Amino acid sequence: MSVISHGMARTSYETKGYFRSPDTVFFTFLFPMLMLGIFAAAFSSRGDISLAPASPDHVSVAAYYLPGMLAAGILLSGVQNLAVDIAGEKGDGTLKRLGGTPLSPVSYFLGKLGRVFVTAVLQAAMLIVVSKFAFGVALPTSWDAWATFAWVFVLGTVTSALLGIALSALPRSSRSATAVVVPIVLVLQFISGVYLQFSGLPEWMQNLASVFPLKWIAQGMRSVFLPDGFKMLEQHGSWDLGWVGVWLAVWLVVGLVVSRLTFRWIRRDA
Amino acid sequence: MSTNPADLAVRVRGLRKEYGDLTAVAGIDLDIARGETFALLGPNGAGKSTTVEILEGYRHRTAGEVSVLGSDPAHARLGWKARLGIVLQTTGESGQYTVREQLAHFARFYPNPRNVEDVIAAVGLEKQAKTRIGKLSGGQQRRVDVALAIVGRPELLFLDEPTTGFDPEARREFWKLIEELTAEGTTILLTTHYLDEAARLGDRGGVIVGGRLVAVGHIGELGGADARVPVVRWRDESGALREERTQRPAELVVDLGRRFGGEPRELEVIRPSLEDVYLGLVHAAGSQASAAELVEEGEPA
Repeated sequence: MSVISHGMARTSYETKGYFRSPDTVFFTFLFPMLMLGIFAAAFSSRGDISLAPASPDHVSVAAYYLPGMLAAGILLSGVQNLAVDIAGEKGDGTLKRLGGTPLSPVSYFLGKLGRVFVTAVLQAAMLIVVSKFAFGVALPTSWDAWATFAWVFVLGTVTSALLGIALSALPRSSRSATAVVVPIVLVLQFISGVYLQFSGLPEWMQNLASVFPLKWIAQGMRSVFLPDGFKMLEQHGSWDLGWVGVWLAVWLVVGLVVSRLTFRWIRRDA
Repeated sequence: MSTNPADLAVRVRGLRKEYGDLTAVAGIDLDIARGETFALLGPNGAGKSTTVEILEGYRHRTAGEVSVLGSDPAHARLGWKARLGIVLQTTGESGQYTVREQLAHFARFYPNPRNVEDVIAAVGLEKQAKTRIGKLSGGQQRRVDVALAIVGRPELLFLDEPTTGFDPEARREFWKLIEELTAEGTTILLTTHYLDEAARLGDRGGVIVGGRLVAVGHIGELGGADARVPVVRWRDESGALREERTQRPAELVVDLGRRFGGEPRELEVIRPSLEDVYLGLVHAAGSQASAAELVEEGEPA
């Protein structure tokens, strides 16, 4: 079907464009890697992070931050990248031009989704490989853990991409897009356990973060990469993978509905 | 011009577009035959772009009937869009892609596209085929816009001020390209500020002023025969500038020479150009419009 094949053609076109934009590559693709490097370098001298003094459950700083950075990568590749990108395409006439061609809007979105997926996979692979070989992080060995990684990653990435499309309707102009989108994404990262240890945050902040999807992506990733004993530090003393799935699914539907309702090739007049 | 609707690429009746209190298009009737090149002229803000964007399906109309290639643009499907080519007034930025990549990508959207290399050659960008669009000059980017609009082999091509910013040589090359498309049977709706362009490319033209079509016809006959009557201008004995419209300017000049007993000062015989005719139409429509407004204001509410 041409909607699908056009969507695949858009994916390769979009991915090519993405990697030819140095600022996008830096701020959405390499940024989590950079942050992981900084955290590992800054805090390694304090030694491993453990549940309690002399506890057998302890991990290196890099291992502790890896799940958070994977979650941040999913958020940046989807929400931040697409919201800024689509607002820009609205502003510079790219969307208007596409709207004058027989390209289906569905293919356009499949292309965006495809690009987010491809870049997020590469980003996660890079984070995991560098963590293992540069920082000596031990990776999970069970199939169960990798299966959890797979569904959290896929569900998180699709949700994040749809929310990015939805959020692109918010900036009034392409110039204000970065100013509108980046603070939202940044605040979410701080309250959702990406940069700051989630268990160390006050309860009201944890509850606030629980409304948004990033906290659940990060929690799902921690369940994959941290020793099982670390679940003691989670809000309910467990990984709550069921709730991870539910909350991400809810946000996926929200993103889909808002995207469907707000997207226009051009700003329609009355 | 045929009156059979099947031979019409564009048929518009009583088109109106209002934005709140503002009336952008105030009732336009327009027919464009298949294969014809129609030039839409008019000052900025006269309703040209609004009209064209309604025909392209970008904007909804407030009232009236519109048929473009047999479909109502407000409810048109993707298959209908595949038969159009659109060159917008502003260029979309896709600077990261090369000319060839961009064209090959857009060609995929259409059921029966032209050969990408042929299109690149037609717009004269062979040497830039591997150059990223962002690195091209403004005129070259405009040619990419045209290439993207024709790659799908459109039946109807919209050109909204296509040559703004072109140097004279690039404009002539562009005109040649458009004439080739016309020879292939493409219907073209051109809006432009350049009257020489309208005269060169247009079979017929129309002038929009204040949301109304104040003149429609063959470009050489726009404004009617009266608008093309030559003008003889001279300065009389009191120093005032005089002018007289006459079908026999030579006679008048001889007569003036006799009356002055020598050369009249600053004597000129002016055969109105398309530009003069156009400006005459715009001014006449402008003064009529303001007269009409005065009448409306004078009436009790």
